[in-house]
Amino acid sequence: MALDSTALKQVGIAADGALSEATAGRASIFEMTQAAEDAVLRPKDQGPWSHELRAALAARIARLNAEADLALQYAEGAGAFADLADPANDGAAQGLTEVVAFMDKVAADTRNVAAADISGLQAAGVADADIVRLAELNAFLAYQIRVIAGLRLMKGAFA
Amino acid sequence: MTRVITKFTRNVPHWQPRVTPVNLQEATEEQLDALKVTPSNTKVSDYVLTLAHDVESLKVRSPLFNAIMYDKGGMRRAERELGALGASMVNHCIYCAAVHAARHAQLEKSTEVTDRLFRDGAKAELDARDRAIFDFAVALSEAPSQAGPEHMAALKAAGLDAAEVLDLILSAALFGWANRLMHVLGDPVRVSEDVA
Repeated sequence: MALDSTALKQVGIAADGALSEATAGRASIFEMTQAAEDAVLRPKDQGPWSHELRAALAARIARLNAEADLALQYAEGAGAFADLADPANDGAAQGLTEVVAFMDKVAADTRNVAAADISGLQAAGVADADIVRLAELNAFLAYQIRVIAGLRLMKGAFA
Repeated sequence: MTRVITKFTRNVPHWQPRVTPVNLQEATEEQLDALKVTPSNTKVSDYVLTLAHDVESLKVRSPLFNAIMYDKGGMRRAERELGALGASMVNHCIYCAAVHAARHAQLEKSTEVTDRLFRDGAKAELDARDRAIFDFAVALSEAPSQAGPEHMAALKAAGLDAAEVLDLILSAALFGWANRLMHVLGDPVRVSEDVA
């Protein structure tokens, strides 16, 4: 079950050794991490952010963090929003300029996010519940990307 | 009167949402279930009511958070708090830094480490083990690509085993998540009491 998780698959952990033992000891955490991915990438209640748009934004955030393989995996589900997976596109063509700028800032310049960034989204007509949905998607990816990067380093050090 | 806090402190501020939290009286069945609201437990924080706007995430987030920070074995709890604090200082999440610095001090029965970190910043003098833990958490939080084999080597040299390093990765990464909710969706404030 846990071995089906995106994080562990991305890293590719050998069946034995210290790293395999450590991840097996935290199997429930990897299962819950996968459940969290399902909740933010493919929720039952999408709100205005479709599964395709979420996948595109996830791919974009992975690329902003130099996680090319993860970006490719998410981009597969991006459909009509595939262009947004490229951080060079600002979302104007999709009518999502404010949303895309917000996601980039939260992902890569977190410390400088301020009240004006939230009021800017509200002024652009984004409902409060949908702002929370964007933040959760972004926040989960920050976590998942760092787990993958950390496991990759462990693979070199603790194999 | 409220005043937004901009400096790190162990004195936990009040968290003031920038969006309107879910109104408990208007919450759906699914939200009430995720909020664990029962007739005997109707106290829910503004933070959790804010996250209830995305109820599917809220449901999976709390058990995951608790497992990473509190499950038995692996890294000592105080050291997981140090990982959380490293992330929170990088992301300038004043609220998260306060909560987890306070927990670190409580678990260690000493404010020395967090006093130093808040006074001198990331370069504060720490013992070799705390230094390796904090530096890795900071690098991973700044950008995943900034964490490198040299950080792993320092952690191993400081005596951490694989289970401990995995717990550090998880706690630092988890605060990449928590900071992007707390610091983005609200402000840390002090509410001054009205003088009658």
